[in-house]
Amino acid sequence: MKVIVVGCGRVGATLIELLVKGDHDVTVIDLDRGALTKLSQPFKGTTIQGNGTDLDVLRQAGIDKADAFLALTQGDNRNLMAAQVAKQIFGVKMVIAKVNDPIRANTYRRHGIGTFSRTSILAVLLEAMLMGDPEVGKLLLERAKSLESSLAEAI
Amino acid sequence: MYFVVAGGGEVGFHLAKALLEAGHEVMVIESDRRRAQFIEDQLGSVVLHAPADEGRYQLEAGCQRADAVIAVTGEDPANLIICQLAKWKCNVPRVIARVNDPKNEIVFKTLGIDETISSTRVLMSVIEQELPSSGGFLPLMPLTGSHLELIEAEIAPGAPSAGKTVHALSLPRGSAIGGVVRKGSVVHADDDTRLEVGDRVIVLAPTKDESDVRKALFG
Repeated sequence: MKVIVVGCGRVGATLIELLVKGDHDVTVIDLDRGALTKLSQPFKGTTIQGNGTDLDVLRQAGIDKADAFLALTQGDNRNLMAAQVAKQIFGVKMVIAKVNDPIRANTYRRHGIGTFSRTSILAVLLEAMLMGDPEVGKLLLERAKSLESSLAEAI
Repeated sequence: MYFVVAGGGEVGFHLAKALLEAGHEVMVIESDRRRAQFIEDQLGSVVLHAPADEGRYQLEAGCQRADAVIAVTGEDPANLIICQLAKWKCNVPRVIARVNDPKNEIVFKTLGIDETISSTRVLMSVIEQELPSSGGFLPLMPLTGSHLELIEAEIAPGAPSAGKTVHALSLPRGSAIGGVVRKGSVVHADDDTRLEVGDRVIVLAPTKDESDVRKALFG
């Protein structure tokens, strides 16, 4: 699968490593060259220093051939703009934006942009943990823990 | 009329001031506390100190009864989201976005923001009027319900397309020349039409191929 990721922060970089391990064709875009050095070297994907809402940068990343597009920068608005450009101008099938504000996440989901809000995900998960609710997030927590231990071992 | 101005920087402040002087009702939404205080000191109680990109503060500012919301922050993504939320959540009849990067004009239009103001574009159009026959490439408008846009391009002296036939231009696939304005009259364009210096070429093209159209005409 060809995946474009905008934003190489903690979430972006961790996801990118998983995708590269899964032999996906990954292109990473970040404004800050320093952020791209988070990726383990040698990096098997492609890195571009640039603005992930800029049409020319997205074309350079090969967006017309992308199967999936993820906007994971720190800015909710930037992510929502990049995701809309990917979906509505370039027609990318699977588009996901990280949106910390749960209200905005909900609004844009209803307008056809895939969003997730770590605010609401974490809140629901923490409540379930406090209440000892076994249904919510058990699998998620197990997967996250095993990812964390493999990351720790690699250092 | 009632105007909500999102962003109280230089543009927002002077816009609000001018609207007030023209007798309109105005509310400025500004997220920086000091800046909000400054505007309140200058213009009175016409400021909401809050982020304008959150729906509840737009409601608090009374956007649901606003005649227009004008987003003039220095950040294009913020201006886009402010305008979309105002349309969707508050049913504001008219939204206007400031576009700092002129490339984003067509992006905003494609994403449903019909009115944009780009200071770069305003300055460019003033300069272009001063310098006739400088050649130019102007995305005019998106065509609603499609991924197409209308582009006007003026063939400047020395442009690689000058003297070429339409057929020889290698325009991107899915685009077409709708017509050529030559010395003020419309010339029907087919594959054998030869472009001349000073021609204004009207092109229909997929929005994503705008830069390829530019390349085909200007190299």
